[in-house]
Amino acid sequence: MKAARAPRDDKTNVRLLVVKGDEIEDSSMERLPDHLRSGDLLVVNDAATLPASLRGLDGGNNQVEIRLTTQLDERVWQAAVFGAGDWRTPTEERPSPPSFGKGDEILIASNFRARVRGDNQLSERLLDLEFNLSGEELWRSLYQYGKPVQYSYMDDELKLWSVQNVYGGRPWAVEMPSAGHAFNWRLLLKLIRKGVRIVPLTHGAGLSSTGDARIDWELPLAEKFEIPAATMEAVRQTRASGGRVIAVGTSVVRALESADLGLSGFTTLKIAPGYERKIVSGLLTGTHDVSESHYQLLRAFLPEYILAGVSQRLEERDYLTHEFGDLCLILPTA
Amino acid sequence: MFDINGKSALITGGSRGLGRALALRLSAGGAKVALVARHQKELEETVKEIRKNGGIAYGIVADVGDKESVYPIVGQAAALTGQVDILINNASTLGPVPLRLIPDTDCEDFERALQVNTVGPFRLIKAVAGSMVLRQTGVIVNISSDAAVEPYPSWGVYGASKAALDHLTRIAALELADTSVRLFSVDPGEMNTRMHADAMPDADPDTLPPPDAVAEKIVMMIRQSGGIATGTRLIASDWRSYESSARSS
Repeated sequence: MKAARAPRDDKTNVRLLVVKGDEIEDSSMERLPDHLRSGDLLVVNDAATLPASLRGLDGGNNQVEIRLTTQLDERVWQAAVFGAGDWRTPTEERPSPPSFGKGDEILIASNFRARVRGDNQLSERLLDLEFNLSGEELWRSLYQYGKPVQYSYMDDELKLWSVQNVYGGRPWAVEMPSAGHAFNWRLLLKLIRKGVRIVPLTHGAGLSSTGDARIDWELPLAEKFEIPAATMEAVRQTRASGGRVIAVGTSVVRALESADLGLSGFTTLKIAPGYERKIVSGLLTGTHDVSESHYQLLRAFLPEYILAGVSQRLEERDYLTHEFGDLCLILPTA
Repeated sequence: MFDINGKSALITGGSRGLGRALALRLSAGGAKVALVARHQKELEETVKEIRKNGGIAYGIVADVGDKESVYPIVGQAAALTGQVDILINNASTLGPVPLRLIPDTDCEDFERALQVNTVGPFRLIKAVAGSMVLRQTGVIVNISSDAAVEPYPSWGVYGASKAALDHLTRIAALELADTSVRLFSVDPGEMNTRMHADAMPDADPDTLPPPDAVAEKIVMMIRQSGGIATGTRLIASDWRSYESSARSS
């Protein structure tokens, strides 16, 4: 599939492939309300997107790029660290960072540093970093020095503006929860007026690619999430009344199914082929390539032969992929 | 009654004058406040005072007239105090002082006033209202002026930008009428502030009410916002009479 190479100014032209059983229909996000019904519950990830890419120098003055993945503590973040270069180079072609040992520092600005707390057995690129700042000073510096994480298929550097969903709240996501990018106010209000309930949860969506096969194989890594009691109650009511719980994005599936398993705070749940969903009945998601971790999650929604048909249709009809791409709506047959 | 205890409030122009007074009042009511201002020193002093009183406050150094500041402002506020429940667009600029007649005003000065007084609030509303809609709670207060209604000579830049803000408030309120988010513009009236002294240097400050007296009324309005039609333009000095008429209707 071709990548969407820039943010979409006009959300109404985002295409939508609707999959219901073995029926596949070409549609558009503007027509989303036609595919939903009163009593459906849309659950969205309201995490705002943090500018999670920081540039710095190691002790030997070598350039590195830090891509934050998850906040572990007040000052501590897990991060994927890259060597020289930037988003213009495909992540899999980026050099590894210099070798870091515990206690080594990365200088981001004269008053902003990260110290290596420990590495991860998975890869030398994955580090736990402790910043010298905390609280408002840390957040101020993250916003001052950080830029949005982006990949080589984009035409230009992204503004922080471009990677926010219209309902974003706390900046827990290091990449935009992209299934929400095609919502605008007109669409949200139209859905609400139709009787579709829309409720939020917050899920710290992590990196979608690191260029390191060992890490990418394990994606998604542990992610922070929080589900308001009102959202859990709306899910319960919807299910009790026979309505459909439709997740907007794979991060929402992960959060809701994790909560059902009794997890809270962080989730390590991996949803893969054969996973029996307990909560989520439908999914609005991006158009994913077979190589992506998100695609594995789709296997918990659709049998392989239908997924193959979906992939074929997306290719044939020139649907766009990645964070500003077109979308798929997977609905239950009942 | 809109309970401000535990709520997250974002206040622009929060380091002095009415913004500072609102921050102190909201904090005293149990709200967590994130204050935006351009000058770090004054901001830190206000934050320190709130913390000394046992409140939760954070300072965000930013210019609301700068487009690139909007998500850093909202992101920092939400990270530190939680998703924004109360937005008070209070930051304003008069334009050059002494105030000038419209034909004497430079285009750049008018553009700057619009950026701070009108476009800045518009951007912040865009950035916080979606989260408020989904959580079914939120109050947005845009601080206006009687100059938005009365055509005072030499107040053209300020008055026109505030009139636009009033109308933006009315339209946004109408568009969000099906939701739980409530928007108001508030004319705070004259106050003993630095802005007032800049605009009217000959006025006797002792004849003007302190910002805290006005802040008290605005916080009262926020608490009782559920009973006020969204989009209403409120006048702080008339608040008691409005409250009485709202109750009797």
